[in-house]
Amino acid sequence: MNALKTLAGAALALSMAIGGAQAQVLFWSTQARPVEETQKVRSEVLKSFDGQVDYQVAEDGPWLTRLQAELQAGSGTIGVLGGLHGDFSTVGANLVDLSGVDIGGVKLNEAYKKLGMLGTNEQKYLPWMQATFLMAANKQALQYLPAGADLNKITYDQLIEWSKNIAEKTGSPKFGFPAGPKGLKHRFFEGFLYPSYTGSMVTKFRSAEAETAWNKFKELWQYTNPNSTNYAFMQEPLLTGEVWVAFDHVARLADAFNQKPDEFVAFPAPAGPAGRGYMPVIAGVAIPKTSPDMDKAKALVAFMLKPETQIATLKATNFFPVVDVNLPDDMPASVKAFGPVIATMTGAPDALPALLPTGLGDLGGKFNQVYVDSFERIVLGGQDVRGVLEEQATALKALIDQAKAPCWAPDKPSEGACPVD
Amino acid sequence: MHGKALPYLLLMPATLFLCVFFLYPFALVAFEAFTRDGGFTLDNFRTMTGNWKFPVAFWNTILLAAIVVPIQLVMALLMATVVSRLETGRGAALYIFAIPLGISDLAAGLIWLAIFDQSGFLNTLLSNLGLVDRPVMFLGYQSKLTIFVAVILAEIWRATAIMMVILVAGMGLIPREYHEAAEVFGASPWKRFVKITLPLLRPSLQTAIILRVILAFEVFAVVAALGGTNLPVLMGETYNWQFSLQDRNVAAAFALLILAISVGLTLFFLRVLRVPKEARI
Amino acid sequence: MSAVAEMPIAAPATRKAGNWLLVATVILLSVWVLLPIYLLIVNALSSPEEVTAFPKRFFPSFDFGSLSFFINFAGVGRALWNSVLVATLTMILSIGFGAPAGYALSRFDFPGKGTFRFLVLMTRAFPLPLLALPLAVMFIRTGLDDTAIGLALVHTTLALPFAVLITFSLFSGIPVELEEAAWTLGCTRLQAFRKVILPLALPGIAASAVFAFTISWNEVFAAAVLTIENRTLTAFLLQSLGESPLYLKFAGGAALVIPALIFIFAVRKYLFAMWGIANR
Repeated sequence: MNALKTLAGAALALSMAIGGAQAQVLFWSTQARPVEETQKVRSEVLKSFDGQVDYQVAEDGPWLTRLQAELQAGSGTIGVLGGLHGDFSTVGANLVDLSGVDIGGVKLNEAYKKLGMLGTNEQKYLPWMQATFLMAANKQALQYLPAGADLNKITYDQLIEWSKNIAEKTGSPKFGFPAGPKGLKHRFFEGFLYPSYTGSMVTKFRSAEAETAWNKFKELWQYTNPNSTNYAFMQEPLLTGEVWVAFDHVARLADAFNQKPDEFVAFPAPAGPAGRGYMPVIAGVAIPKTSPDMDKAKALVAFMLKPETQIATLKATNFFPVVDVNLPDDMPASVKAFGPVIATMTGAPDALPALLPTGLGDLGGKFNQVYVDSFERIVLGGQDVRGVLEEQATALKALIDQAKAPCWAPDKPSEGACPVD
Repeated sequence: MHGKALPYLLLMPATLFLCVFFLYPFALVAFEAFTRDGGFTLDNFRTMTGNWKFPVAFWNTILLAAIVVPIQLVMALLMATVVSRLETGRGAALYIFAIPLGISDLAAGLIWLAIFDQSGFLNTLLSNLGLVDRPVMFLGYQSKLTIFVAVILAEIWRATAIMMVILVAGMGLIPREYHEAAEVFGASPWKRFVKITLPLLRPSLQTAIILRVILAFEVFAVVAALGGTNLPVLMGETYNWQFSLQDRNVAAAFALLILAISVGLTLFFLRVLRVPKEARI
Repeated sequence: MSAVAEMPIAAPATRKAGNWLLVATVILLSVWVLLPIYLLIVNALSSPEEVTAFPKRFFPSFDFGSLSFFINFAGVGRALWNSVLVATLTMILSIGFGAPAGYALSRFDFPGKGTFRFLVLMTRAFPLPLLALPLAVMFIRTGLDDTAIGLALVHTTLALPFAVLITFSLFSGIPVELEEAAWTLGCTRLQAFRKVILPLALPGIAASAVFAFTISWNEVFAAAVLTIENRTLTAFLLQSLGESPLYLKFAGGAALVIPALIFIFAVRKYLFAMWGIANR
């Protein structure tokens, strides 16, 4: 009992002693969460910042909860926020206007900069880094590629045939898709499948073309590894050989290419009748209104956009720069593999870029859920395509109307809320 | 200070503590479940029950609890009995049985995923034994049954120790004379267990069951690890609404539902396993 | 207390068969519990290639690369210390608040008893991540934010129901007569409690301590929200376990398990401290 008391006393004394000392900027981020990446961001990217940075990552839940708590309490410790476009849309009103930040002479991607305004006339966040989704294949799979198919110009029909060949020849389905709870499947439907088949993301949600798209995907799903509903990062099943051909975010494929550079090839996302739809992933940096040291926070934001920082970030996270830089040669294998493929995809004659949803505010999550629900009901649940699309379209229309969000690419600009035909 | 005030005095610290750190935040969250945009409404509950996933998640949760908890109860009783009858190595056995206590549900999900995965340990074993030609897909979306079985096994493995430790502590208090007397009268071990151990263990049994049932309705991490999106449960939906869909009101409604189910079952077990004062040792 | 292990037990011949069954059961149950742990360790001690290979190996290759990544991680020592500190405070708080309440519930009948038990159970039946937001706001306003004691207070709400109910059921199992006998022999209520009841309740207190410690040790969400500079090990390293490469997941999982196992090992004898009170 006495021992217990001593322990309690000591513990209490210590807990009071720790704390304080807040000279450094707290960088609260949802990005670079895998422990190795976190470590690299701390030791390689942020080390040269003049003034200390405490780079802390959190999953989306704790990230948002902490941020909301600080905003509600009216004071906080978070200096700078790092997150995806979608992470910021819910807290837009509480972010500081960054248009006055001096970023030196760097040339920032204008389209992304506009996204960072979140539909307002303030610069709510500044683009920090970008990525996209690509396809990756185990080299063993190449022998089953349908005759005449060119990896760099692959179409959805060829992908289906290819996956079918592999499944039939090897005896098990080997296409892989990140349909797990933490997988980024919604971006595939929003930014790849829909644009490729309908040339639209929202307006043609329940069109006949959309129906075709879902039926094609159902066809592909027959040759898809059923474990896909557990996958979050395709690099793992690619490495184990469970999956030979996969679609995922570049940062979630990178480990496969870095561990076994000679075994995998990367190639562009496939094209459909309406073009080769693809979607960028944009991460940004922002400053919450409760940031304790505004000047230092702004200095850190500017630092993140410096070309050297951008290159170091690429090495650490596999996210590409958003400013004009010349990439040096000493890049990781994954970056070497992805760079040219991204250039091929975005530069293809049939390229059809789709933008991230804008103007949805805190309804972004529900917007994604429309696509995920459609997938789960049509593909996993085997429900009637037409019926599901009708129902989900109603939900989609309600969301867009509530947010009064005008259309974004690839849909044509609209007056008022984007229509759902 | 003896007399009537004493029990309240003893309860005071815990009560004050819970009021500040539980009831106050709880009231704020519960309030959100019944409001939207400032007005009182039951819409959040309607949204919750109207969601196409809701019935699936609801029944999955109930079914999991209904299967897992009874099996765990039997296993925990078995473990506690075995430990209590060991003459040597009792400490070691107890320690081994208690190990899963120290393992977070995150880690438990990871371990069992490594076992049931397509390229996991179970498949290695099966193919080494020549029972299968190629790895079996235990966790694919078409094999809901094997996913369910895997989750049940993992949950039993992870959370039986909680009950076991409570029961072991309780069994230690049963006077040995009772057993010895019964033995003298020729009662079989089974009879002694049913007639002596179980009734005298009632307070601990009650605690173990109630705590375990409540925890069973919060099952999430292991299900997510093994079942992916194939096995929605209430807790997973709560998180989904809170963090992905960012609708705190509906998430609060889900949380209140979980609370209501737990409270209902707790009342049930409190009644069924009541410890009448005269029945105490 | 030391008589526990060598307690004499009459062993008639008919028990022989029973003993074999007993031993077999113990072995079976031990294998059931230990095998998954063993597989975790195999994976934690394998190289990245081996972790993703198929077929899997059932024996570790003693590659310490992944584990040492965690051990050499900057700030691990501090985070480990924070975790221990928070877990210890949680233990003390939950027993300090819980044991008196458990005693009151078991010994007295009073209005409000049912309500109190109910309140205690409710805390466990409500998902903590939803409470984290109002709690964090409160902590930031009061300065409890980012302190070990603040996080320990939150963890205590999780551990308190265990402490209250376990001590309650244990106290209920201790005959009131023992206490009454002590009173007639001239003890005050407090003395009787300390000299008679407390030693008997030690297993329950130890069990509550085990729960409090492991609950606090493994809790991720509140730790991630409520600590920034003083992160616990779980929040610091392992909250993003699900997104790290496979070999690091296993190494991290193993690294987290070990301290908890050491703790359970340290308190295990108290769980048995008063085995078979009737023999005293």
